[in-house]
Amino acid sequence: MEENNIILHVDHMTKNFGELKVLNDVSFDVHRGEFLCIVGPTGCGKTTFLNCITGLYDLTGGQILVEGEPVDTKKHNIAYIFQEYSTMSWLTVEENVAFGLKMKKKPKDVIAREVAEVLEMVGLTKYKDYYPVELSTSMLQRVVIARAFAVKPDILLMDEPYGQLDVELRFRLEDELIKLWQKLGTTVIFITHNIEEAVYLSENILVLTNKPTSIKSKLENSLPRPRNVVDADFIEMRNQVTELIKWW
Amino acid sequence: MVKRFHEKAGKYQKAVCAAISIFAFVCIWQMAVAFTKAGLVLAGPIETLGAFFTAILHPIGTHTIEGHILWSLGRVLIGFAFGSLAGTVLGILMGWFKPVSALLRPIFELLRPIPPIAWIPLSIVWFGLGEMSKYFLIFYSAFCAVTMNAYSGVRSVDPELMGAARMLGANNRQVFTSIVLPSCIPHIFAGLQIAVGTSWATVVAAEMVRSSEGVGWVIIKGQDSNSTVQILVGIVAIGIVGYILAVAMRAIEARLCRWSVRGK
Amino acid sequence: MSREMIVCKNLEKTFETSRGPVPVIDNVTLHVQENELLVLFGPGQCGKSTMINCMSGLEPATGGSVEVSGKPVEKPGPDRGVVYQRMALFPWLTVMGNVEYGPKVRGIPKKERRERAQHYIELVGLKGFENSYPNQLSGGMQQRVGIARAYCNEPDVLFMDEPFGHLDAQTRYLMQEDLMKIWEREKRTVVFVTNNIEEAIYLADRIVVMTNCPTRIKKEYVIDLPRPRNYVDKEFLRLREEISAVVDKAL
Repeated sequence: MEENNIILHVDHMTKNFGELKVLNDVSFDVHRGEFLCIVGPTGCGKTTFLNCITGLYDLTGGQILVEGEPVDTKKHNIAYIFQEYSTMSWLTVEENVAFGLKMKKKPKDVIAREVAEVLEMVGLTKYKDYYPVELSTSMLQRVVIARAFAVKPDILLMDEPYGQLDVELRFRLEDELIKLWQKLGTTVIFITHNIEEAVYLSENILVLTNKPTSIKSKLENSLPRPRNVVDADFIEMRNQVTELIKWW
Repeated sequence: MVKRFHEKAGKYQKAVCAAISIFAFVCIWQMAVAFTKAGLVLAGPIETLGAFFTAILHPIGTHTIEGHILWSLGRVLIGFAFGSLAGTVLGILMGWFKPVSALLRPIFELLRPIPPIAWIPLSIVWFGLGEMSKYFLIFYSAFCAVTMNAYSGVRSVDPELMGAARMLGANNRQVFTSIVLPSCIPHIFAGLQIAVGTSWATVVAAEMVRSSEGVGWVIIKGQDSNSTVQILVGIVAIGIVGYILAVAMRAIEARLCRWSVRGK
Repeated sequence: MSREMIVCKNLEKTFETSRGPVPVIDNVTLHVQENELLVLFGPGQCGKSTMINCMSGLEPATGGSVEVSGKPVEKPGPDRGVVYQRMALFPWLTVMGNVEYGPKVRGIPKKERRERAQHYIELVGLKGFENSYPNQLSGGMQQRVGIARAYCNEPDVLFMDEPFGHLDAQTRYLMQEDLMKIWEREKRTVVFVTNNIEEAIYLADRIVVMTNCPTRIKKEYVIDLPRPRNYVDKEFLRLREEISAVVDKAL
């Protein structure tokens, strides 16, 4: 893989809170346009992991480079999606999606065009004048996804966004996410507890150990898409990851 | 950056920040008094503190400063104890029995916006110039705050918890004693916190109107004799005692409500 | 032939709201056998919790009838235990205080109820945490307290309303395995509500698929896979696909 294709370079990342070692010498690379899933056992310091990558915490040791430079949320375009659907309740769907672009002071006509485009992709065009309170969970989730993709982020970080959803709904939203990712070529880092979800979505899977967190294994997931959760190959991969993590 | 500060700032750093800010305030005060005309109408901090410590040994009027504080505290204690007790009982009754709240709540909604000191003249008419009128004012200010908080505490008991208790076999009385009462303790404490603050404010106001001892009296006598030092001594005493009362209330609550988020 | 512990006949529930009546349960007839583990499975907000509330007696049905061990259900009572999605633990009581709450309010002497509570605390694997407060425990441990509390009243039937809904996927697997162990050691009649198909197939003797609101019974599946079940077993996955296809789409 060429050097300049690396968008995120994590180099010996270490984080201590006082005496407590939470992250222990974590190194990995993410390539432009990659879909990376990160899985680990419950309580494996994944929140600290995220906060370090986003630059919210200072590292105790090592460094994180985005496109060859130290991570800086002002310069680098990093978007997040968390489990809580944090839409702005006083803005319509359209205004919510446009929010990030407005903050970046894009020209009005560009904003209008890009928002319309992304709303169309997630199927919310009809609902663009609705307020969040009038929407169902799945539509709210789509608003959040649309808002994140609208700013064309260099890296999209997703922290277990589908953790509390019905399986059925989760599958649908996962398929939509894959479509958006394929179309826009965004780099996605997706953190989850759900092993099946990781195998379904990822190109690569990073398996973390328990605290102090380090990398247990990095698996390449080259199952053909669309994937099917009952295929023998799929199950084998799922079992393989489960074996690496299983604590229960 | 703000987030980072909070995350990392330990007790030690916070204490340092507090010390720096208080020190800076005192410096500005001292300089204003020393180098501007403010010195004509305002005593400086060194002078004030000096007078405060002097007052510990040498009486202002008939009492030393701690004597005045104790007088004021005594008034607060009596009014506050009865007021918050009555308020807790009434608030809980209002919360638990719908007819009681239907009858009494409108009255409280009307009384609530009236500050206790508005009742000073009437209380003097009713109870005379002695202690009774002060007790009444403090009783009233504690009573209103605690009643409304106890009431909202009962109203906001998680219905799922009450359902869970019923499913486990609790009867109405048991639901009340084992679920409703403990649930509303944090709310009652929030009310008591407010009540301590307003009671302390009320006693000072009442003493300023009419009394022969207490920190309110110290201030008003300072005004009479044109002594800004004495006024400031009174104000410092009010501030320190008010702060100690608030801290003490929080400490008691933290002890009693180890289980609640508020108590943490 | 085993005994029927729960009998719902033509159960109906309609909520009166400011916008008019909203039917939530529509003519549900359901029989649950003694020591059966029945899963009510359906999409998001389909009225499954209301089913639990009507069967447990927390809310009155507006039509039809519910009987538990032969007696009509009219109000809450200790012969029916409930485990809640939001745990509903008493935060001012310790683990011991929570678990012994039921026997305590029913006037069982201290020594006896302590022993019984201790037994169930150990059964759910919380030995050593008797004096902890709920807010000092993890989500999974809190729900263990919820299960022990419901068991400790020794009810005829247990209702579990999405008890693992707030836990992460891995803790969920652990809780499912442990619940199975607990249930096999201390058999009870259990009605378990979930919207997670893996959980449903892992636990159930029988799955009743419910429709969207107003909820009706859509289909029933008897699950006779040997226990402990394997989430990636061929038949498990086949059932999962089959039942998923039957379920209404969540809103």
